[in-house]
Amino acid sequence: MRNTIVRSILAIVATTIFFGLLYPLVMVGFASVAFSKQANGSLITRNGVVVGSKLAAQAFTSPKYFHPRPSGTSPAYNAGATTFLNFGPTNPDLAKLVHDNAQAILKLEGPYNPGLTIHQIPVDAVTTSGSGIDPDISPAYASLQSHRVAAVRHVPLATVQKLVHENTDGRSWGFFGEPGVNVLELNLALDKLGGK
Amino acid sequence: MSGQGIGQIVVYAAVLTLLAVPLGRYMAWIYNRERDDVIERAMFRLFGRGSGEDQDWKSYGKTVLIFSLLFSFVLYAIQRAQGHLFLNPDHLKGVAPHIALNTTASFITNTNWQYYGGEYTMSYLSQMAGLGVQNFVSAGVGMAVLAATVRGIARRSSGTLGNFWRDLYRSVTYILLPLAVVLAVFLIWQGVPQTFNAHATAHTLQGQTQTIARGPVASQIAIKQLGTNGGGYYNSNSAVPFENPNGGSDFFEMLAILLIPAGQVFMFGRMVLARRHAWAVYAAMFAIFAIGVAVNLPSEQHGSQVLRSSGVNITQGHGQSGGNMADKEVRFGQAATSNWTVATSDASNGSVNSGFDAQTAPGGAVPLVNLFLGEVVFGGVGSGLYGMFFYIIIAVFVAGLMVGRTPEWLGKKIEAREIKLAALGALFVPTMVLVMTAVAILTKSGLASIYNHGVHGFTETLYAYDSQSNNNGSAFAGYGATSFSTTFGTVALYFGRFVPLLAALALGGSLAQKRIVPASAGTFRTDGPTFTILLVGVIALTAGLMIFPALTLGPIVEGLMH
Repeated sequence: MRNTIVRSILAIVATTIFFGLLYPLVMVGFASVAFSKQANGSLITRNGVVVGSKLAAQAFTSPKYFHPRPSGTSPAYNAGATTFLNFGPTNPDLAKLVHDNAQAILKLEGPYNPGLTIHQIPVDAVTTSGSGIDPDISPAYASLQSHRVAAVRHVPLATVQKLVHENTDGRSWGFFGEPGVNVLELNLALDKLGGK
Repeated sequence: MSGQGIGQIVVYAAVLTLLAVPLGRYMAWIYNRERDDVIERAMFRLFGRGSGEDQDWKSYGKTVLIFSLLFSFVLYAIQRAQGHLFLNPDHLKGVAPHIALNTTASFITNTNWQYYGGEYTMSYLSQMAGLGVQNFVSAGVGMAVLAATVRGIARRSSGTLGNFWRDLYRSVTYILLPLAVVLAVFLIWQGVPQTFNAHATAHTLQGQTQTIARGPVASQIAIKQLGTNGGGYYNSNSAVPFENPNGGSDFFEMLAILLIPAGQVFMFGRMVLARRHAWAVYAAMFAIFAIGVAVNLPSEQHGSQVLRSSGVNITQGHGQSGGNMADKEVRFGQAATSNWTVATSDASNGSVNSGFDAQTAPGGAVPLVNLFLGEVVFGGVGSGLYGMFFYIIIAVFVAGLMVGRTPEWLGKKIEAREIKLAALGALFVPTMVLVMTAVAILTKSGLASIYNHGVHGFTETLYAYDSQSNNNGSAFAGYGATSFSTTFGTVALYFGRFVPLLAALALGGSLAQKRIVPASAGTFRTDGPTFTILLVGVIALTAGLMIFPALTLGPIVEGLMH
């Protein structure tokens, strides 16, 4: 018994130092040399200012920007406190949320998409993401928004569609996962176009 | 469900099997190696006379218990004291006592149930030197116990099962560490942060400030998947892009979830010299995995009633994955999310790349049932396969009854003692889940944790005790932390881990003492499709029937509500 206690304590100290400090430390060292950008959170800078991360959605409400998916975090798009929304499939709050989001989209996009009905709104546009900071929207939702963005910015639709295409991350190695349009990168590319 | 989506899952299953076979061979070689390496020799010199000798099951089990208990104190202390310690650049305070208690139990038992939100509760030190260490060690303990139990099956007329310290050391350094390093490097490359810098602050395009949580994430995520731990660095776990940036990272993390447990089936086959039997067991696991996907994926793709009646477009194609996208991520879509849901609940991993609380009634029932079966489909590292041994023994017992012979398994007579231990190992945890759920539903303090009202709230409760008792750690995450739920959960965690663990060791100890009976014409064969079907049937009849009444109260009623 006493032997086991002493041995356990020695093992606790050894594993804590090796796996708890040394292992992450070596990985941090490696990462800072080999992949310093990714290791620090894939931050994006513009004119020397950190404007966000490629891997986190941020709030966009202005009509000249593409908008990300709804977020369940508090406040929305909080990359410091991620969360699911956790509304069950029969929860009346879910029905209300989906309804409200869909109505808002109809109101916002309707004028630029003549004849738009609720049946054309892709499901990712009205549901919260798992992380609350999903950086992507589906190509379908991007396509819906591109009419508004082109009109508000007075640029040809084809130009906006080209940028959407360029900022679409396909499946990894063409096979794993689903394609998604990175909203922040797309909006940065739009701002770069100049114009209003 | 597109052909492309199903293709992803088929490729997953194929790659998993292709990697598991050689890994199993490697692990068998590691555990069977006679010579100690330099560190082992130094360790046993330091530990003193006799420390490297083989132990019987009681001594082995006692060592596991003492080691785990002492480590619990350390883990609790680190969390409570983190505010005064180093590597805390965001100045987080000490973790609240009841949260720290539950988290301690959760990580010591290889569960990683989260009543805390990682990125805003745990300092870098707590993540690394507290939780991260357990990701290696609790996994290593499970692997060691499995190695000992398998030795018990392989040995004849022997009283011992091996040495805990040697098994633990070999598990963490020769198996977990190299795989973790490779996966961590890959994940960093793909975009998972690995830094000691404090959380970043961004000034967004619309002029707001956004805090971006980061830290030594990749090193943690790699081992959390490989060790079937599953505790997220972030609150939303592997749904967060910083843990899981794209479809490729998702695929490899998912592989890591089942890789070691799947490999252990083949390791077992080698160590007991019964490779065909191992394949039969693997086939049974595979069948249950496939059933899980076959229920979950179509149900999620079909979407919930709320979404279908809302009128929005949930049809797959034309630039979207469609289906039930609530609490799911665009870059994964339905196929990769479903694959993950089934893999993480077949194993005792419990990391999630979507919110289970928001899954459809039949979809969410899949992980609920998988957990309840005891996570024996591949299962937790170590704990999955030794859990499967209980069912195998029940299966050969049932077969023995049918033909009227004393049951045998791999040449060993299965007698009253083994049956009792197998029944204890297979039925203790499911019984505990049902009793605890009942208590939580019948008490005011238990009801306080429920987030979604009505039937779904019952499922949340059932899932919480199912997950903690079975050491999974995934959640219907609306279920909240109260002093009742955290304390009650702590009991579930410890008993759910150590009762089956000791039953497995006792089983190994009992089998080790037996002689080999030569196979005869009347011996029930355990290496063909007949055995595979029998095993699946036994699992469905024992645990499956136990959870059925509870399923009718939860997901089945919810599925019928329109």
